[in-house]
Amino acid sequence: MEGTEHFIMGDVACAEAAIASGCRFFAGYPITPATEIAERMAKRLPQVGGVYIQMEDELASMAAVLGASWGGLKSMTATSGPGFSLMMENIGLGIVMEVPCVVVNVQRAGPSTGLPTLCAQGDMMQARWGSHGHYEIIALSASSPQELFDVTIKAFNLSEKYRLPVLIMTDEVVGHMTEKVIIPPSNRIEIYPRRITKLPPEEYLPYLPDEDMVAPMVGIGEGYHIHSTGLTHDKKGYPVISAPVQKDMIDRLVYKIRNNVDDIVEYREIETADAEIIIVAYGISVRPAQKALELAREKGIKCGMLRLTTIWPFAEKKIMELASQVKGFVVPEINYGQISLEVERCSAGHAKTILVSHAGGAIFNPNEILEAVEKL
Amino acid sequence: MKKQIVEELNGMPGTHPLSSLLREDRMPHIWCPGCDIGTVFSSCLTAIHESKIDYNNFAMVSGIGCTGRAAGYIKLDSFHTTHGRAIPFATGLKIAKPKMKIIVFSGDGDLFTIGGNHFIHAARRNIDLTVICVNNFTYGMTGGQVASTTPFNSKTSTTPQGNFEKPFNLPYMAAAAGAVYVSRWTTLDVRRLTSSIVEAFNKKGFSFIEVISSCPTSFGRKNKLGSPLDIIQHFHKISVIKNGIHPKDANLDIDKEIVVGKFVDMEAPTFFDLLEKIYPPETEKGA
Ligand SMILES: Cc1ncc(C[n+]2csc(CCOP(=O)(O)OP(=O)(O)O)c2C)c(N)n1
Ligand code: SF4
Repeated sequence: MEGTEHFIMGDVACAEAAIASGCRFFAGYPITPATEIAERMAKRLPQVGGVYIQMEDELASMAAVLGASWGGLKSMTATSGPGFSLMMENIGLGIVMEVPCVVVNVQRAGPSTGLPTLCAQGDMMQARWGSHGHYEIIALSASSPQELFDVTIKAFNLSEKYRLPVLIMTDEVVGHMTEKVIIPPSNRIEIYPRRITKLPPEEYLPYLPDEDMVAPMVGIGEGYHIHSTGLTHDKKGYPVISAPVQKDMIDRLVYKIRNNVDDIVEYREIETADAEIIIVAYGISVRPAQKALELAREKGIKCGMLRLTTIWPFAEKKIMELASQVKGFVVPEINYGQISLEVERCSAGHAKTILVSHAGGAIFNPNEILEAVEKL
Repeated sequence: MKKQIVEELNGMPGTHPLSSLLREDRMPHIWCPGCDIGTVFSSCLTAIHESKIDYNNFAMVSGIGCTGRAAGYIKLDSFHTTHGRAIPFATGLKIAKPKMKIIVFSGDGDLFTIGGNHFIHAARRNIDLTVICVNNFTYGMTGGQVASTTPFNSKTSTTPQGNFEKPFNLPYMAAAAGAVYVSRWTTLDVRRLTSSIVEAFNKKGFSFIEVISSCPTSFGRKNKLGSPLDIIQHFHKISVIKNGIHPKDANLDIDKEIVVGKFVDMEAPTFFDLLEKIYPPETEKGA
């Protein structure tokens, strides 16, 4: 597949990127519209010496992904709303044990069973806060199969670099859309390898971080005898039930991400230089937003767009900076206001924020976005 | 008393026969005096030692509960996961590390009440895991509530008038789901339990050992079973060994009869056998 051009579905592009990233384990449970990722992985993994396993549910899928990743295999699962809800507890375990892995949510409209075959962007805050307790997460989005391919590679790399589950928040339309995807030759795909300690077992502490606040891992079965737990733990990985150790652990889990936002956050600016109104869009909504931008420019409105690739951590600094330059932001999203709240928070009263909402089941008509731009 | 033992251990590292398998720096443990989990845990450590298998080839995965804390005391690669999910975590770990012996050590509530679905599927897959269940008939850690293993009529904090539901027969369930090795012992049968664990380690496929245990603090007290010693004597009085019987006949009536023994020991293709048959390892890479 590598080094060639393909005409493939978003879900398939995601699976191919996982293979190209070195993913060798997939545990999942079928769910529309993410099933094609599982199906592709079931076909492809054995060809590269990996294992696909269909688990009994998404609780098990997420747990198996953590186990396999601890065992040294780059691991992934893919799901949609109902399954994403079931994965939450073990995503939290992955955060606290600091297990690199990738979780794809091909969003469909909820709540509950909702519209299984139709798109939405309703799980963006669930991605941020869905597991209990306070933590930082990395979540990426994509507006085309090509972009889904690219962010999947990025997701694997970030998960290894920062030792945590990285979420890919795509949606039904991108997942099921078939478009041109260029898969670069393998020597052109940058891979961030697992951080493995150079210390011998006597000197190694599983949760003693390097300078960037991330602790290197070890191979299991190599005599390091590590302990990893979902309980609050010290640098040895041993549970300690106390407020000071809780503070140490949470500080590190939070600041290993917050201190590195510039490395993690990725976005694209389109015609923002002279813009007075900026559309902030992500995922599938980028595409009607692009059209709305063009229509607005035709009408002489100085409109630009900020396309978010990284959703969490949020592109706070960029929004703050743009807020002092523009009249307002227009945020189209297929929910009733999630990322728009972040935009509003970051603009801190310096610019107006208009939400263009959609309950799900279809994507925006560019005119709906244009209307909001014209209103500002 | 407990403190003194710890001090002795700390003072003379390496003197306890199993000390190289114990995280002595984590003692004292959280288990109550008289709790049977320690008995099962040390049986497991002894079995690891007696198996003659390189210690580094073992890893332990536990769920949540008093029993689940075992993973934090064993000096091997060990994982303390979420409530009920030790088996799927272990499944992923085993697939990544197929040559290692993965022990799942957890409680009845964890493995069979919240986690029952994973248990039957792992047995069905016949994936090489050794699952050791400390069955103390209750949720010890949360103060002794009813579980899917609580005997009919027994008192727990959430069945104050007695349990009106019927419990699982765990060996029968394990066998029906596909486990190739199934045994049940009480904490009185330490030697038989230990050799059973060694056998399970050497078994290809999914092995399951149920250990009838006491939780004197919660289950024992609520059901007026007496001191830890009284409970052990009771196990002695009512347990009968019936090796080889059909596990459906492995009666478990804590008033009258506890049938123990090895019920299943058979050969069947494992998860890895079947996987390799369909995808031989020489399958062309990167096709
Ligand atoms: C999802 C979830 N639900 C509930 C709990 C609370 N909880 C902790 S331990 C436990 C029961 C453990 O019982 P068992 O597995 O029988 O172990 P024991 O304590 O008896 O050894 C429960 C319900 C939890 N930790 N996680
Ligand atoms: S509560 Fe029961 S199971 Fe838990 S440590 Fe105490 S005696 Fe053992």
